[in-house]
Amino acid sequence: MSTITPDLVEAHQLTPDEYRRIVEILGREPTYTELGIFSVMWSEHCSYKSSRLHLRKLPTQGPHVLQGPGENAGVIDIGDGWAIAFKIESHNHPSFIEPFQGAATGVGGILRDIFTMGARPIAVLDALRFGPLDDPEAGARNRRILEGVVSGIAHYGNCFGVPTVGGETVFDPCYNGNPLVNVLALGVFRHDEIFYARACGVGNPVIYVGAKTGRDGIHGASMASAEFTEESKQKRPNVQVGDPFLEKLLLEACLEAMKTGAIVGIQDMGAAGLTCSTCEMGSRAGTGIEIDLQYVPQRETGMTPYEIMLSESQERMLLVAEKGREEEVVRVFRKWGLDAVTIGYVTGDGLLRVKDHGVVVAEIPTRALAEDAPLYDRPYTKPYRRAPMDWPEQAGANVEDDLVALVTSADLCSKRWIWEQYDYMVRTNTVRGPGADAAVLRIKETASSIAVALDGNERYCYLDPREGARLVVAECCRNLSAVGALPVAATNNLNFGNPERPEIMGQLVETIEGLAEACRFFETPITGGNVSLYNETLGEPVRPSPVIGIVGLMKTGPVTPAEFSRPGLAVILVGGLGSSDWRRFGGTQYAKVILKALWGLPPALDMDYEKRVQAAVREIVQAGLAASSHDLSGGGLGVALAECSFSEAGVGAVIELESDLPDHVLLFHEAPSRVLISTEAEKAVREIATRFGVEAPVIGRTQEGWLDISNRGRRLVHLDVRNLREQWESALPRMLASPRH
Amino acid sequence: MKFGVVVFPGSNCDHDAWYAVAHNLGHPAEFIWHQAASLGDVDAVILPGGFSYGDYLRCGAIAKFSPVMAAVRRFAAEGGLVLGICNGFQILVECGLLPGALVRNRGLKFICRQVRVRLETTDSPFTNAGVRGEILRIPVAHGEGCYVADERTLDELEAEDRVAFRYVEDVNGSLRSIAGILNRGRNILGMMPHPERAADPLMGSTDGLVVFRSMVAALAEKR
Repeated sequence: MSTITPDLVEAHQLTPDEYRRIVEILGREPTYTELGIFSVMWSEHCSYKSSRLHLRKLPTQGPHVLQGPGENAGVIDIGDGWAIAFKIESHNHPSFIEPFQGAATGVGGILRDIFTMGARPIAVLDALRFGPLDDPEAGARNRRILEGVVSGIAHYGNCFGVPTVGGETVFDPCYNGNPLVNVLALGVFRHDEIFYARACGVGNPVIYVGAKTGRDGIHGASMASAEFTEESKQKRPNVQVGDPFLEKLLLEACLEAMKTGAIVGIQDMGAAGLTCSTCEMGSRAGTGIEIDLQYVPQRETGMTPYEIMLSESQERMLLVAEKGREEEVVRVFRKWGLDAVTIGYVTGDGLLRVKDHGVVVAEIPTRALAEDAPLYDRPYTKPYRRAPMDWPEQAGANVEDDLVALVTSADLCSKRWIWEQYDYMVRTNTVRGPGADAAVLRIKETASSIAVALDGNERYCYLDPREGARLVVAECCRNLSAVGALPVAATNNLNFGNPERPEIMGQLVETIEGLAEACRFFETPITGGNVSLYNETLGEPVRPSPVIGIVGLMKTGPVTPAEFSRPGLAVILVGGLGSSDWRRFGGTQYAKVILKALWGLPPALDMDYEKRVQAAVREIVQAGLAASSHDLSGGGLGVALAECSFSEAGVGAVIELESDLPDHVLLFHEAPSRVLISTEAEKAVREIATRFGVEAPVIGRTQEGWLDISNRGRRLVHLDVRNLREQWESALPRMLASPRH
Repeated sequence: MKFGVVVFPGSNCDHDAWYAVAHNLGHPAEFIWHQAASLGDVDAVILPGGFSYGDYLRCGAIAKFSPVMAAVRRFAAEGGLVLGICNGFQILVECGLLPGALVRNRGLKFICRQVRVRLETTDSPFTNAGVRGEILRIPVAHGEGCYVADERTLDELEAEDRVAFRYVEDVNGSLRSIAGILNRGRNILGMMPHPERAADPLMGSTDGLVVFRSMVAALAEKR
């Protein structure tokens, strides 16, 4: 065992202060293996040491919440004794290094978080962020990353047998060196089937199940150490390799083994592998765990304790069984052709004791690793922002061309090329799949369905993180309300730059506070999530990119479509035309696509009005009064009208507006709190709106074949909807087909 | 009428097939483990979609050697009805119970899409409840669904009225737009589209039910 030098400590990304704390906790110098264990458990990824202090501000409790943050996933009640487990996770860095495997193992990781709780995964959604596909320098790489990420998600999800039902894909130069891959998964189970990641019961056996342990995914920082290179034959890539088939077997075996009643606690081995699962399970239960590494199934020879403890090989689980009933558990795993080996037992001394052939190589209090990880109150200032407050007023050539340009832009065009590669129907619960405001899944066991939406907006959040976060929550809830679902709980993924920079920390703090405020107001407590920091390349951070996933509840039945279905219906804009001054226009898609600029502030949000609009829309939709319902977001009214015209039936609308706003502001401002409805029950819809104190002007009627928009009698847009749809559908494949460099 | 749904490690449309039969159709259905030596007392067997044995080597190539497939062969030889959907079709082809092969989609990408298929014959226990030439909306979800065979085989399939379904639009590059075929004895059907996903009004189409209804009708007649 080599002595621990300051260089070695630094190579493990531990500060001198953190090292002193380690020595204090142990009352001695750590061994090399212990240093590795501390380094991963106290890493930002596992300990949330920069964000934990502020995450406490988030609301986590509500009438539907059965399990808040702190377990593998949050759990909410959906009635009739059934529950949903859900959570979002990022796999940003691996997806940049190796897009296919990085994204695939991102899906695998979050799926394990769900079924480790006893829930059967029923859906996945992805929030993806890439650099522009036509970027002069990084375009070819961005296209390669997009293609790799999408096929990686498809590979894993399709084979595992979970439908990928929605998400969003956004392009911005800030993601050139930092693509984001955030994956949300949901699972369903009964209240009495919930399993926790707790190592209860002194003397109970600790059982390792699933794939064998290899040298893949060992922490990059550790690779630099002299001892590591001396002892290992070769360096392995830091990105793990996923096997969805093995994960599918693991799923079936775990759910079947849970039914035996012999399992006390279970946790997946994700980040920090065996280290994280052992000490977190012990810490949560207030117990200790003793394991001997000689029993750990290994796929390579000559692995050191350090390597075994830090390996991030995929598709592995750790479980604690009732003493004497090991065989019942092992039998199930054997049936599915999986390893299941007792590697140790639960102790009462609160220590994680790791032995190698009987020799102790690490002995650390579990609590010190998990609960007592460092907690930083990092200094923060005004959020990082390099955008002007004002911008000269300007407009494109004409709004009709602008509308076509927006609808065919990377962010707003059809993402069919992406989602058709995902099996979005397997398990036959997908009532509404990808390409919609919200995905809707029926829960076969109950009369309820769940609606899920994912949202983010890095432009808004860059201009004002607090307001941006509030807008993102409002929009996500609006997506659910548009299909008539009541939003009940949220999960969040906070993607930011380096928190050691006070300006970035400022973005994070403001975002969390904005989220807290909005989630409290819209009654969607946050039941879990993920923080991904250090998303920077060469000092260039990503824009603040919180991604929110919200789950809503509704009765099972046909879902109101987003598109106009037949001519002759009244088109009502619930929430009203809204307004925007020029300063609040700077974060819009129009500013991005047409003016190629970013300035000012995000749109103004009146949360109280938003809530009333959503309540009115839910009532309208639930009463069956809406023939179609679609919320306004990126690209404002103009783009929403175009999207409403993209049904196979080819139904457009004739829209007559009365407004003093400049044409392009009128059509493309992004004021929130607006939902487009087509209906034959004009009066009933307007009555409901009035009751909620919400504007609901009739702005036109649906018609066959054409989208016509005029303001005060002046024609602004006259477009053949089938032709426009064709351009919208073919935009992304065209961008991907651009010549390679 | 009792249906058996085979479960291979990696099958992932087994529950869907079971649900379509048991709930949408209302007939008893049970799962059959891949190591089973016999199919028990089922009247028809479904090889469901998914990734049997991870589709390692080639889709369906390993499933071919599983114990249950020996039982399926015997069942089929005695005239039992065997329906292979997606991966099930790939397995039947690997086993030689159906001719030809299923290779990578021409676009080299997985495709999940609601497609239109034409019912080409009513002369089979899987299509007798349909109308020849009718267009059905049934989804596909596959990466290796491009049907290929030599010209002679293709001519034979057509001459013997063994093409059960054809795609209306080109989906994956399948020769002669073949989406589903019958064996010579007409008691085995392999098809890439998923009828079990088009068996419930909530899923947007119930056109797939015709396959299961036909099977029930054929079995009733046999009794």
